[in-house]
Amino acid sequence: MLDQTSKPLVSVRDLKMHFPIHAGLLRRRVGVVKAVDGVSFDVMEGETLGLVGESGCGKSTCGRAVLRLYDITSGEITIDGEEIGQRAQGKLREMRPTMQMVFQDPQASLNPRMTVEAIIKEPLDEHTKLSESEKREKVAELMDAVGLNRQFAKRYPQAFSGGQRQRIGIARALALNPKFIVCDEPIAALDVSIQAQVVNLLEDLQEQLGLTYLFISHDLSMVRHIATRVAVMYLGKIVELAPREALYDEPLHPYTKALLSAVPEPDPSLATKKERIVLKGDVPSPANPPAGCNFCTRCPSVMDICKTQEPEYFEVSPGRFTACHLYQNTNDTAE
Amino acid sequence: MTDATLNTMEKPRNQWWDVWDQFKTHKGAVAGLVFLIFITLFVTIGPIIWDVDPGKLNIRNKNLRPIYMALFDSEAKTAWANPMGTDNLGRDIMANIMQGGRISLAVGWTAMILSVFLGTLIGVLAGYFKRLDGLLMRFTDLVLALPLLPLLLVMMLLFRDPLRAAFGPENGIFILIVVGIGITSWMQTARIVRGDVMALKEREFVLAARSIGTPSRRMITRHLLPNVLSPILVSATLGLATAIITESALSFLGLGFPSDFPTWGKILFDSVDRMTQFPERVLWPGLAISLTVLSVNYIGDGLRDALDPRIRGQ
Repeated sequence: MLDQTSKPLVSVRDLKMHFPIHAGLLRRRVGVVKAVDGVSFDVMEGETLGLVGESGCGKSTCGRAVLRLYDITSGEITIDGEEIGQRAQGKLREMRPTMQMVFQDPQASLNPRMTVEAIIKEPLDEHTKLSESEKREKVAELMDAVGLNRQFAKRYPQAFSGGQRQRIGIARALALNPKFIVCDEPIAALDVSIQAQVVNLLEDLQEQLGLTYLFISHDLSMVRHIATRVAVMYLGKIVELAPREALYDEPLHPYTKALLSAVPEPDPSLATKKERIVLKGDVPSPANPPAGCNFCTRCPSVMDICKTQEPEYFEVSPGRFTACHLYQNTNDTAE
Repeated sequence: MTDATLNTMEKPRNQWWDVWDQFKTHKGAVAGLVFLIFITLFVTIGPIIWDVDPGKLNIRNKNLRPIYMALFDSEAKTAWANPMGTDNLGRDIMANIMQGGRISLAVGWTAMILSVFLGTLIGVLAGYFKRLDGLLMRFTDLVLALPLLPLLLVMMLLFRDPLRAAFGPENGIFILIVVGIGITSWMQTARIVRGDVMALKEREFVLAARSIGTPSRRMITRHLLPNVLSPILVSATLGLATAIITESALSFLGLGFPSDFPTWGKILFDSVDRMTQFPERVLWPGLAISLTVLSVNYIGDGLRDALDPRIRGQ
């Protein structure tokens, strides 16, 4: 599955994004929300890494932090051979064309006061020295590429449907010929029929332009469709990372098992037979995570060690990573 | 095939035509615009046609009534030479209203532009740059907490003479009044703009612009300012009204323009004593102030709708 010749385009090491909590009369810092707490992964050139997890687990924050839309707490981010983890925002500007983002809410991610042309042209205004007519031609090409009618260039975003707006967002992200695109739940706000269109568009563009995606979603079946490898996040940490088939066929981490068992089964006869792992309790607060393993409060196969010692994130078998005590001591039990 | 020809032929329509089309649908705004053009022409071109010196005293013809009074009261003193009558010193009221309108409108517009500019600048800076927020907003609170009229009076007393010496009596007072009104009325605008900018800053399109690498300066001009245009326009129209009225109040307190220098507010206050005898002397300047303010309010309303692409074309 994993192509040994491909090299990582993006590599993230021990990324931490903590947001301070201020409270009280003097707005003193009383704690931190550990939205992303020590995440490491690589995204190979030309692949799609799916990032899944439940709401509030830090997926979106992770995606934004990788693009340095936030000033990260600590960690290393290397994109296309350049270390950008601690670089100042002003110096990041020249790196921006390499990495772009498609946002979750196509309504909110387009400025309502700008025409479609102005929206798609903005990256060209910022980073290229093309003449006005060249820019207009490039915008028209991009609109063709994402399947929008060129004649709609002078319209405003509110005149479009959700799917069309998402296409505008994709066209904007493509304008500078990026290598790496973070798709932050690009389909979550769309109808199912439109979701398929947008995902197929993303796949076609990947094929034509050789793009690399970090595809953030909570829709497991969609991730199964588009991703090459999948990372599962729980409470700010990656609990498992594996090639798609391996992860869906044989999940290792108890959380991944529970997550996959929640995917609806389309066949009714199979659906009744299927045993679901129902997790009890709530996700602990990221401001006050439990000692030991983050998942120990809800894990069906919890052990004593889980409540005291944090499991290491390690390679169980080639290409498969997990952070769980079940596999730590007896590496050979995991295939 | 027709599509292809359309693609090459179509010259996109200038968007300002869409704005004008939407503006035209707002009847009040069109009426306001017509009136504002009329009153502006009346005070600018008017004195050229009606070239009577507004300050010229004519004691023999004092207290003339407007000519229309002859219709109701055959004994009223009227004269065609003074169609709106004369005041208690025999000065022509129409010439005074024209000359006063020039000053009032100039003061109103300049002071409004100054205060909206200050308010927007401070509001955007405070809303966008977190580090400046505390400082600028405490400063705004400080100015808000000052009692404004006494402050203006002190300013007039302190700076009137140096400014008069530097720019001449009329220009000096004009600058003093405009600056005085401007720097004491920007706070509401600043607060509204700051709140809106803070809300906008968290929207995804601003994040998208940051992911493109748009620098702060263009982030403000391209993404934030167009989206806070509505509250700015509303506070601008209100600001014009306040500026004209504050100038009237200052004139009334004897700290505005010199006494031989008419403004709408001053004519109004000079005539209050004889209001029962000569109601027209209060009525006309009062009407001019109210209608100007009202028309600007309506224009602002129409403009706000016309500039919003979400409303336009619906």
